[in-house]
Amino acid sequence: MAEGYNHKEDGSSPHRLFKIFFRIGLFTFGGGYTMIPVIEKYVVDRNRWIDREEFLDLIALAQSCPGVFAINISTFIGYKLHKTNGALYAALGAALPSFLIILAIAAYFHQFRNVEWVAACFNGIRPAVVALIAAPTFSLAKSAGLTLANCWIPAASALLIWLLGVNPVYIIIAAGVGGYVYGMLSEDDNGYQDGK
Amino acid sequence: MIYLTLFITFFQIGLFGFGGGYGMLSLIQREVVIHHHWMSSAEFTNIVAVSQMTPGPIGINSATYCGYTAAHNAGLGDAMAVLGSVVATFALVLPSFVLMILISRMFMKYKDSITIQYVFMGLRPAVVGLLAAATLMLLSADNFSTPDNPWYFYVSIAIFIASFIGTFWVKVNPIKMMLMAAFAGLLLLW
Repeated sequence: MAEGYNHKEDGSSPHRLFKIFFRIGLFTFGGGYTMIPVIEKYVVDRNRWIDREEFLDLIALAQSCPGVFAINISTFIGYKLHKTNGALYAALGAALPSFLIILAIAAYFHQFRNVEWVAACFNGIRPAVVALIAAPTFSLAKSAGLTLANCWIPAASALLIWLLGVNPVYIIIAAGVGGYVYGMLSEDDNGYQDGK
Repeated sequence: MIYLTLFITFFQIGLFGFGGGYGMLSLIQREVVIHHHWMSSAEFTNIVAVSQMTPGPIGINSATYCGYTAAHNAGLGDAMAVLGSVVATFALVLPSFVLMILISRMFMKYKDSITIQYVFMGLRPAVVGLLAAATLMLLSADNFSTPDNPWYFYVSIAIFIASFIGTFWVKVNPIKMMLMAAFAGLLLLW
């Protein structure tokens, strides 16, 4: 494990991590992925806490883990620089701005919700939001490497959830276990591993 | 009691929410709208809209909002509602946090593990299905009205099609897209 960073001399501290991730959380719109270039600017370019290649590894790993991407990546970076303490400060910094802003909105929105012109705006916005969710379905389908052989998986998952009300958690567990079993079986076929 | 339910619900969402904010939507929606009836489908879509227009990740935003609303709708006071949003947000973040620290400790081992690659061979296509399910569940009368109310219904469909073309092909910024949709709503549906 190459830990080529002296934590005391690179100018990082849990407190600074908190401030940086708070700022990133406060000014990044549109969800976790839009944070990537901003985090890169602070952590890689400006402060050189982590080199670019390692940063890209962290991104790939954070994306493949469950949970909120912004929390995953901030925890990773915080832990890398200052262990659990750093992870705690960085994750708290990333989560706090959203939390405070939404809390303020939740507390006051119900007073505006029934104002007619506000309601009209949201009636227009809702179909647009559905389109905003529909669009990444197709771009994700491209990047997930769907083929004729495995396109039944998303189709079956969507129908089970939508029509039969199956809990998506079961779909995720089944898909993970299924992928593992399938991988193991095809390995045996190839005689690639003769462990079991 | 509501706090325990909130905690379990959002912990589960945090633990199984693969594929980023949008991938989480079908989990959140199922729990919040269909299972616990903490809010209507329209209210949920409003939150997604607000989450898009305010900074921060959708997961955190909706956990905070749902925690507040659930406690509030259960007849608790404002301070208790704030506690609800704290519990929901904390529960959502906790599994990520613990998991990331564990993975950080065995970073390289995890990344190249053939087991993990196999698991993702199944997971990746399933997440596409989760996203499709989120879309299908949102294609509801709550969000689009019904043909009984033709003007509202067809305006909604037109906004949906225009927004889809805008985001998918023209790559319009989502916030701009929603502001335009809000303006269309103001103009056509007021």
